[in-house]
Amino acid sequence: MATAVQPVNIDTASGGPEAPVAEAIAALINEAPVPRPTLPKTFAAMMAREFRVLGRNAPSTFIRAVVQPLLFAFVFAYVLPKIGSGFTVAAGTSTAAKGAASTVNFSTILVPGLMGSMFLMQGMFGTTMPLVMEFSWQRTIEDRALAPVPIRVLAIQKMTAGAIQAFIGACIVFPVVYFVHTAGEAPHVHVSNWFLLAVIMVFSAALTAALGLWLGTVVDPRKIQMIFAIVLLPATMLGCVYYPWSALHSIRWLQIATLVNPMVYMNEGLRAALTPGVGHMPLWAILIALIGGTLVLGSLAIRTFRNRVIN
Amino acid sequence: MTTVTAQPTGTRPSTVSSAIRTEGLRKTYKSSRGDVDAVRGIDLDVPTGEFFGLLGPNGAGKSTTIGMLTTLVEPTGGKAWVAGHDVTRDPVAVKRRIGVVTQNNTLDMQLTVKENLEFRSRFFGLPSSVASKRAVQLIDAFGLTDRSNAMADQLSGGQARRLMIARALVHRPDVLFLDEPTAGLDPQTRVNLWDILRVLHASGQTILLTTHYMEEAEELCDRVAVVDHGKILAEGSVDELKDNAGAVTVITVRYEEPVPDDLADRTGLTGRSGVSKVETDGDQLRVFSSEPEDLLGDLVAIGAKEGLHVRDATQQKPSLETVFLALTGREYRE
Repeated sequence: MATAVQPVNIDTASGGPEAPVAEAIAALINEAPVPRPTLPKTFAAMMAREFRVLGRNAPSTFIRAVVQPLLFAFVFAYVLPKIGSGFTVAAGTSTAAKGAASTVNFSTILVPGLMGSMFLMQGMFGTTMPLVMEFSWQRTIEDRALAPVPIRVLAIQKMTAGAIQAFIGACIVFPVVYFVHTAGEAPHVHVSNWFLLAVIMVFSAALTAALGLWLGTVVDPRKIQMIFAIVLLPATMLGCVYYPWSALHSIRWLQIATLVNPMVYMNEGLRAALTPGVGHMPLWAILIALIGGTLVLGSLAIRTFRNRVIN
Repeated sequence: MTTVTAQPTGTRPSTVSSAIRTEGLRKTYKSSRGDVDAVRGIDLDVPTGEFFGLLGPNGAGKSTTIGMLTTLVEPTGGKAWVAGHDVTRDPVAVKRRIGVVTQNNTLDMQLTVKENLEFRSRFFGLPSSVASKRAVQLIDAFGLTDRSNAMADQLSGGQARRLMIARALVHRPDVLFLDEPTAGLDPQTRVNLWDILRVLHASGQTILLTTHYMEEAEELCDRVAVVDHGKILAEGSVDELKDNAGAVTVITVRYEEPVPDDLADRTGLTGRSGVSKVETDGDQLRVFSSEPEDLLGDLVAIGAKEGLHVRDATQQKPSLETVFLALTGREYRE
């Protein structure tokens, strides 16, 4: 029986180089500072942990964030105009658009669209991908779930972290589109209402993070690649990235069908805030969809997250 | 050999007499293939300062029980209090007062060893300067000094387990939960961990440990509950359990031929002095006896008289293993 070997091993173990010092451990237990956790302190510590990890992975995070807008801007604002395939889109939804202002170059249309797809990409990468790891076989999520806050706070923290990544990702678009284009193809960006821009950007980031958390908690981690095919690609291709929503009026059924796509509202909202020269859908519809969508999807995600964490 | 249980020093403030208490705790997992009753009504009462063990084979419901006590599994029935707080009504208060070492490696793989401890301290509200100091002390005490800046996924199994225990202790928990802490570790590392756990217990730490290793429960625990199929079969100190089960030696003889059901009665085995139970099962004959001298030889002789040939025979001294055998009638499966 195994019991017979123990005394010998205990003796050798106690003298071994890896054996911990008993008194040190006892002191650590009995003389330790008594922690006084509060919700803000715990939340801040969790955010600090996210930024430590982001900082450590900064090079790869940056590359991930910069390649997409760089390539898009290069192809659409440099290559295509150079080889004579550049195209323009009629501005405005109505005949109100007039004269020389009735055409805008493609890079102007692309700025909001690129930012929108960056929100989606980075927001999803920032929330869904960590979840896949945390819910997989070792369930490292249990570590964070044992922190002294309700599980819903942990869900909100995860969405906040994802939203911040999405926000940073979208901001990267600005310098890229300003520098990467051929002569005469510079985008016409004009911000008349900074508050509107801030609201649109904050809620676009929050919406993608909520979407990311919800998908990360309802999709089987082993089938997570499906998200790219089923969600990310259609949302981008049919999300009014490359054309304003109003331009779809000639394909009426598609114009209506795309209204289920959150990307449409992000991109149209950014058009309203950044490139008023291009037509956009009514502002009230955009704001209702972005803010309402964030609240609905966010609370749904909190619930599905809790169900995944607690058995 | 009994456990080296130093008495709690009493330096820790004990606000509640029961560190852990449950009443009829149940968990049923619902699934499309039918419901699974993982835990079917468990009553526990673990006083502050005790080293308590839940012993049972894999799948007995130990991890589910520890999951419910640590708020990660929602009970479907019954009640549970940890450090005086209801686990379902006030999970945050419970989480503030417990340290948990899960069976799976839940270290934060994107952080270093030191950062794992630092951030855990900060999650529990320690300022970062204090957290950093405490991390260094814990790393030294747990023999991880040279791994301090290694990423958590570069640790060996034993190192990872030590770090998980250190991490569970950063916030001075009232109760430390350990789910199969030595599963998958080599014997030397396991004994090292036992040393750490003994020291913790001697310092007054209340500990609940689950294990499927008999000798681990025997070595460490003040009191043990034997769990199988989601129920507690017996509870008490290791010595009490052995006494209650009759402190018997179990002799199992396997013959080449099937054993007749009436063999024990006909041959006078049942009435023999010291014999508490005789079981026949196919080609096996199992005798529980407090006077095992000469018994094995007699069983061989009895078999020979009946035309049975011995294939193999085992004799098990009184231990938790024979207790389990006496309680369930089944061999203990680890």
